[in-house]
Amino acid sequence: MRFFGEPIEFEKQAGIGGPVWLGRAESGEALQAFAVAAHRADGRLAALWGSDERRRSGCFRVHCVFGFMAGHIRVSLDLPAEHPVYPDLSGIFPAASRMQRATRDLVGIATAGGDQRPWLRHGAWPADWYPLRHDAAQLANAGAGFPNAPSDYDFVPVGGEGAHEIPVGPIHAGIIEPGHFRFSVIGERVLRLEQRLGYQHKGVEKLFVGRNLAEGARLAGRVSGDSTCAYAWAYASAVEAACGASPPPRALGLRALMLERERVANHLGDLGALGNDAALAFGFSQFMRLKEDWLRLNAKLFGQRFMMDRIVPGGTTLDLEAPALRAIVEQCEAVGREVKALGKIYDEHAGLQDRFLTTGAIDADLARELSLTGVAARATGLILDARAHRQGYTPPPPWAMLGVRPATDERGDVAARAAVRFAEIVESLRLLRELAVGLPDSEVCVEAPPQPGGDGLGVIEGWRGEVLVGVALDGEGRLARVHPHDPSWQAWPALEHAVMRDIVPDFPLINKSFNLSYSGADL
Amino acid sequence: MNIFGFLGQLFAIALALLLAPLLTGWVNQCRAWLQNRSAPPLLQPYYMLHKLFLKDVVLAHGASPLFRFAPFVVFGCMVLACAIIPTLSTDLPFAPAADTIALVGVFGLARIFISLAAMDVGTAFGTLGGRREMLVGFLAEPALLMVIFTTAMISQSTSVATIVETLAHRDFIIYPSLAFAGIAFTFVSFAENARVPVDNPATHLELTMIHEAMILEYSGRHLALIEWAASLKLYAYSCLGLALFFPWGIAEGNSVAGLLLAIPVLVAKLAIGGALLAVIETINAKVRIFRAPEFLGTAFLFAVLGLLVRLLLETQS
Repeated sequence: MRFFGEPIEFEKQAGIGGPVWLGRAESGEALQAFAVAAHRADGRLAALWGSDERRRSGCFRVHCVFGFMAGHIRVSLDLPAEHPVYPDLSGIFPAASRMQRATRDLVGIATAGGDQRPWLRHGAWPADWYPLRHDAAQLANAGAGFPNAPSDYDFVPVGGEGAHEIPVGPIHAGIIEPGHFRFSVIGERVLRLEQRLGYQHKGVEKLFVGRNLAEGARLAGRVSGDSTCAYAWAYASAVEAACGASPPPRALGLRALMLERERVANHLGDLGALGNDAALAFGFSQFMRLKEDWLRLNAKLFGQRFMMDRIVPGGTTLDLEAPALRAIVEQCEAVGREVKALGKIYDEHAGLQDRFLTTGAIDADLARELSLTGVAARATGLILDARAHRQGYTPPPPWAMLGVRPATDERGDVAARAAVRFAEIVESLRLLRELAVGLPDSEVCVEAPPQPGGDGLGVIEGWRGEVLVGVALDGEGRLARVHPHDPSWQAWPALEHAVMRDIVPDFPLINKSFNLSYSGADL
Repeated sequence: MNIFGFLGQLFAIALALLLAPLLTGWVNQCRAWLQNRSAPPLLQPYYMLHKLFLKDVVLAHGASPLFRFAPFVVFGCMVLACAIIPTLSTDLPFAPAADTIALVGVFGLARIFISLAAMDVGTAFGTLGGRREMLVGFLAEPALLMVIFTTAMISQSTSVATIVETLAHRDFIIYPSLAFAGIAFTFVSFAENARVPVDNPATHLELTMIHEAMILEYSGRHLALIEWAASLKLYAYSCLGLALFFPWGIAEGNSVAGLLLAIPVLVAKLAIGGALLAVIETINAKVRIFRAPEFLGTAFLFAVLGLLVRLLLETQS
């Protein structure tokens, strides 16, 4: 099968996950031409990573995943072992830039042209050593490690009368994840924001190498703790595609139940934090109380507040009995009432709305250009939700039967992102009730025997946006390469745009309205 | 001036030093209750001061003597302010030392020193906070002066003690001008004391801070003095507001009985005022920083209205 008349043969990935087509480009030019065609077809760059295949096929490989209305397309390109260079895609998809730089830092395959500054390498290892290569001695793990050299970073300077810089982080006044923000400002007005991330780099992709499938599932659930269900499901979905396993219907229902509970918990927390950042501490304590009750029921029913390790390749590790499902329905009703009341308070609070409206606005064109997905994209009016039907796309089970209504808003500002969260809570509560009432009867887990040499891609609509996990197995059925991709990769640059034209003291509010993952993108 | 007057003055200062952290603790408690949180102990600010005084001071490499000197100046200014504002009695030996205009100057001096100290070590946040503090300050001061002029016109004196004596101990007259002045004063107090809706005393977001951004580099006893001074400032503003607009209960002389009666009245008034402050802080969100000038512009407008009402309507009486 071919797309857009480009000379790349695609094969549809087996299994019951979202529609994914896999193909191989013959040359860098073919990859570039496909990217241009994808861009013209309103596609987006969903993920980009590299792998070292020298043991099996004597080459390096770069994988690009493009997202379209109808599904996802993964294009792989083999690169010679001696001089692994591929064409720069950041001119076509700006989101490619940081992924390409991270790929160069980790695997040592570079682009011809484009931004050549390091991204994840902060001086913790030398520039000519690549942790994800097979022959990289496991120095870092052996405890000896490399001397931690301080690394300079060339921020883009901004000149002009009265322009100056405000460096913020990576250590902040509050207890949050580390990231460095370099503001170029005139007075309070932000001219430019440049982020430097990677402080949370902990070698997750290296840790996957050589593990068995069960160990991989545990690790995937820990890439970004707030999205543990999304990652675990995306990983399980990729492994199931690679191994030809099909999870039973009840397992899919339970997974959806957990994913929606994760979404509601995070949205509740974000809405409270948005109030807090505008100094409306009342909203913060109310939403935090709701979130805490929500997490406590998680602990009671799933044995873990964030439901870690409950989704595994082949199904789920637990089943819910009727009383548990009843408790979920009851809680949905109670929380629904409270969220409605709080939503009214937020909507009618003049001071809060004054902070929210027009702050940190981005439009749909920019969102599309930056390959944005998730809450931030839907808040600009893009109808992008892997759970919902759209033209030419039928969501995978169990979503198809549920008729998910994606929440959108066209304003693109903080108020829109808050409104989308409110609407998604309401929709998720409806889904949770339907799932709990109509959970099909079957077993909850089947065997997923490792398939040596298998390879798959899983896509899940997490609460923040689209979570992808690419999995490749080695000849013994162990994990050869796993790439977890967080939607924050695409959303961090969108935040840089959102804060332009706004003022410095509004940044925390704008940042919170995106609430991006550091851990998920720093890997 | 007699020895009683002197002792009364010393007692008032000691009371200010003691009550100020308590007022901060009380406001924090009320805020917590209103937000459905369990409240910190009432004495928490004292524990905080105790802890900070025991801690070592960490100084930035580039800190000049000004940086070390500033907390003492700020603290001194606030103690002086508390000394010339009648809290318990209007018979204050220190009162002739400074009138209300000088009082505004004392607050201004403290502001200048803390802003200079914030810029002294050269961090981005200090400069940011210092700049914002000056923005708020230069708008708040004229409004405060206007409020004071209104009350000064009523009592024909700019001495705080005389104003309070006039308002509290003469025949009870309703002055409409004071209503406008009172609103303006409330607005100014919120801005000057870094409270919501102008600033957020509880924030951990360094980019939105005003007061907190200026003191980020302070530690140990310096920070303790600044925290104590911030409490004293809130206390001084509360007492000034009470003295100007609700002066009843302040003793005329320094009789022991009068002072003994004045203390519970003052504590009750502060408790009510603190609770109201917490309510206002809880129901409001913080405004965008460029709305702060509008907020203080409104305060100025009210203060001018008060003055005009006084000039046009009340001078015949």
